[in-house]
Amino acid sequence: MSNLSPTLILDMGLLAMLVVVAFAVARLRSLFAIVMLQGVYSLLSAAWFVSLDAVDVAFTEAAVGAGISTVLMLGAMLLTDRDAKPVPVGQALGSLFVVIIAGLAMFYAIGDMPAFGDANSPANAYVGFEYIAATKNDIILPNVVTAVLASFRSIDTFGEVVVVYMAGLGIVLLLGLNGNAGKWRARPNGQNICGQNIGQKNMSNKGGQS
Amino acid sequence: MSPHVILRVVSKLLIPLIALFAFYVQFHGDYGPGGGFQAGVIFASAIILYALVFGLDEAKRAVPPSWVRIGMSLGVLIYGGTGVATWMLGGEFLSFTFFAPQSTHAAGQHWGILAVELGVLFAVASAMVAIFYAFGSRAPELRDEDW
Repeated sequence: MSNLSPTLILDMGLLAMLVVVAFAVARLRSLFAIVMLQGVYSLLSAAWFVSLDAVDVAFTEAAVGAGISTVLMLGAMLLTDRDAKPVPVGQALGSLFVVIIAGLAMFYAIGDMPAFGDANSPANAYVGFEYIAATKNDIILPNVVTAVLASFRSIDTFGEVVVVYMAGLGIVLLLGLNGNAGKWRARPNGQNICGQNIGQKNMSNKGGQS
Repeated sequence: MSPHVILRVVSKLLIPLIALFAFYVQFHGDYGPGGGFQAGVIFASAIILYALVFGLDEAKRAVPPSWVRIGMSLGVLIYGGTGVATWMLGGEFLSFTFFAPQSTHAAGQHWGILAVELGVLFAVASAMVAIFYAFGSRAPELRDEDW
C-alpha cells in the first residue's frame, strides 16, 4: 500500500463512484432520478479530469454535462414520460452481449495504451511539441490550451461554433423559440399531465407565433 | 407569498455573480482555464437559473427570444468575420498575426484570439438559451405537487 500515491487513490475512488452511478442509472426506471444521476456522473468525471490536470476539459464537463444538459434533459423529460418502460429480457441479453464484446475489446487494447503522462505518447508527440514550442515564441500566452484552440486550430474551433449554432438553429426551426404559443400540449401516453392552470398561463404568453 | 422565497432570494444574489464569473472565465481564458465555450455555457446557465426560479415568461422579458436568435448568428458572424478580416489584411483565413504584423509581443494573435472567443461566447450562450427556450416553451407549466 505504501507506493500508492494519494492522487492514485483519489482517481480510483472517483472511477469506482462512476461505476456505481452508471449501474444505478442502468437499473433505475424513474427518468427524473436518472437525469439527476447523469448530472452526478458528469460532476464526478469533472472532478476526475481535474485530478488528471485536464482543467479546461473539466470546466467544460462541469458546465455542460452537469449544468446545461441536466436542465435540457429535464425539459425533454417533461415532454415525454416520467418512467422508462421495462426492457424485455431478450433485448437486454442482446445489449449485454454487445457490451461484453466491446468491453473485452477495450481490455485487449489496454496493452497498447501509452503510460499515463508519457511525454512521447502519440497524443503529445508530433504536433504537440511544436504547438508548445510555438506558443512560447509566436502566441506568447500562458495557457497553451487557449492558444491551440483559438489560434493554431482556429478553423477547427470555427467548425465547432458552427456545429453549436446549427444545433440551436435546428431546434429553433423544429420547435420554435415560443413553442407555438402554447397551442401544443405534451400528452405522454394520452394522459393530460399539465393540470388546469395551463390555459390562462398561455394567455399571458405574448409574442405569439412559433 | 411564494413558497420558494429562500430560493428566490438566494438566486437573486447568485445570478449576477454567475454572470460575472462567466465574463471572468471569458477574459481570463488566455491566462487560466476557460474560454468562450465555458463562459458561454456559464452565462447561459445564469439565464436558465433565472427562468427556472422566476418562470420562463419573466426570463423571456429579460432576455427576449429575438436577442437569442440574433446573438446566435452574431457569434458565428464575429468568428467568421475575424477570418475575413485577416483576408482583407492580406493573410490567410484566421491567421491573426496580420492584425499587428510589426508587434514583437504577438499582439495580433492576442487581438484575434479575443475576437474569436467573443464570437464563441455569443454563439454558445445564445444557442444554449435558444435550446432551453425551445424545450421550456413546449413543456407545460408545472405545479409543485406534480414533481
